[in-house]
Amino acid sequence: MLLRRVIPCLDVADGRVVKGTRFVDLVDEGDPPELAERYAHEGADELVFLDISAAPERRGTLLDIVERTARRAFVPLTVGGGVRSVEEMQDLLRAGADKVSLNTAAVADPGLIARCAARFGSQAVVVAIDARQRPDATRPEASSGAQFGAREVVVKGGRERTGLDAVAWAERAVELGAGELLVTSIDRDGTGAGFDTELLRSITGRVSVPVIASGGAAGPADFVAAIRVGGADAVLAASIFHRRIHSIAAVKAAMAAAGLPVRAVPELAA
Amino acid sequence: MASSLPPRTAGPPRIAVVDYGAGNLMSIEHALTRVGASVVVARDAAGLDEVDAIVVPGVGAAGPAMARLERRGLVPPIRAWIASDRAFLGICLGLQLLFDGSDEDGATTLGIVPGRTSHLEHAPTLPHIGWNQIMRTREHPLFDGIDDGADMYFVHSLAGSPADGADDVVLARTEHGRPFVSAIARGRLLGVQFHPERSGTDGLRLLANFVAMVGVGVPASAEASAAADGMART
Repeated sequence: MLLRRVIPCLDVADGRVVKGTRFVDLVDEGDPPELAERYAHEGADELVFLDISAAPERRGTLLDIVERTARRAFVPLTVGGGVRSVEEMQDLLRAGADKVSLNTAAVADPGLIARCAARFGSQAVVVAIDARQRPDATRPEASSGAQFGAREVVVKGGRERTGLDAVAWAERAVELGAGELLVTSIDRDGTGAGFDTELLRSITGRVSVPVIASGGAAGPADFVAAIRVGGADAVLAASIFHRRIHSIAAVKAAMAAAGLPVRAVPELAA
Repeated sequence: MASSLPPRTAGPPRIAVVDYGAGNLMSIEHALTRVGASVVVARDAAGLDEVDAIVVPGVGAAGPAMARLERRGLVPPIRAWIASDRAFLGICLGLQLLFDGSDEDGATTLGIVPGRTSHLEHAPTLPHIGWNQIMRTREHPLFDGIDDGADMYFVHSLAGSPADGADDVVLARTEHGRPFVSAIARGRLLGVQFHPERSGTDGLRLLANFVAMVGVGVPASAEASAAADGMART
């Protein structure tokens, strides 16, 4: 039976793990490969690096981090943040990433998803969708058809609206070749208000690829809800793990208690 | 040129990881290095000289992968290698290529194991991404120290099925929508559908078991490998 995954996300800027609400109040949290290895030992089923640095020389730094991580953390690694081309994806895969997530560039140029999938296979292409509640979504004309139209895709870390419906974009991304979707509620991200299960449900009900829930985790019960209510295949969180508010083991124990199949946390290696 | 039971070499076993442009090699290189192998990356036939084992990793579609293997002149030496029962491990696409062909794009593949690669019908999600259990059909040194039903990491949408009468190659099965073959062995030819290099401690243990089998053979194939082995040792 395919297990439900728990995925810590490491926001990386200029070669360091940073914490805080994305893009503001960044606090240095350490060396990404070191933290990645620790999470792998603590039972992370996969790892995600999200590069949020803005410096032009950031690519080389990121590749170095990925390469050093691949040497010591023997669990799957997805890398995203500002990836704009097949060549950039290739560099990340060569450095040791297993999957690359596309976000803003895929919205601007949806063909990028198809080109990356044709070159590397769908299984290596994750499309990250940042969604936000539409301010006008309660108006009848905007909310026709259940949840359709209630969430809009935003890009550039939530700073820019796109006018795209989140569910329609999810379906389009899969048609183009996305092998997995990473769905983040920007409304919930960093708030601890729980995952947006309505958003998740509206997407998981329409696509057959795995969906990773992101944005809003506060406690183990939220992970259970993302799967039970939202239909997610995997759940991602950053700050609750970085700040050691909850351990991966505690989250998995809650999931197992709720009857969800999870991978046992391995014995800590010396 | 020694022709004897594969001797224990003085140094660590030398393993060629075949680079044919089909995905991430870095993790398998690092994982094999971690478990004590000396890894070389082979981009052509010359890269297979003086190694003790070959690992063919890879993800993606069979057709383009076969074309790249052929372009690099790697198909004849890989066939000869397996025919002489030298240690070989195919991972994911590297396992699928051992069968006759793939239903994904109609590609003709190596035809070393009778059977075909086909879609995982009835799967609740595709691609099959994540951790799933490998249920053994028989004991094998590859699984030493690993529990039956251990979780391994998978990323794929197709899987190879041995033809009727070739079922004896099956080492383990896994279920996603339907049961599929997740590990095979025939002599020192081994293949796994999952990614041991991404499967944490148990994955590393499996690779360590493979490295331990390199050069010592398994009992059933010791004579064959002794007859076939003519590699120069350094």
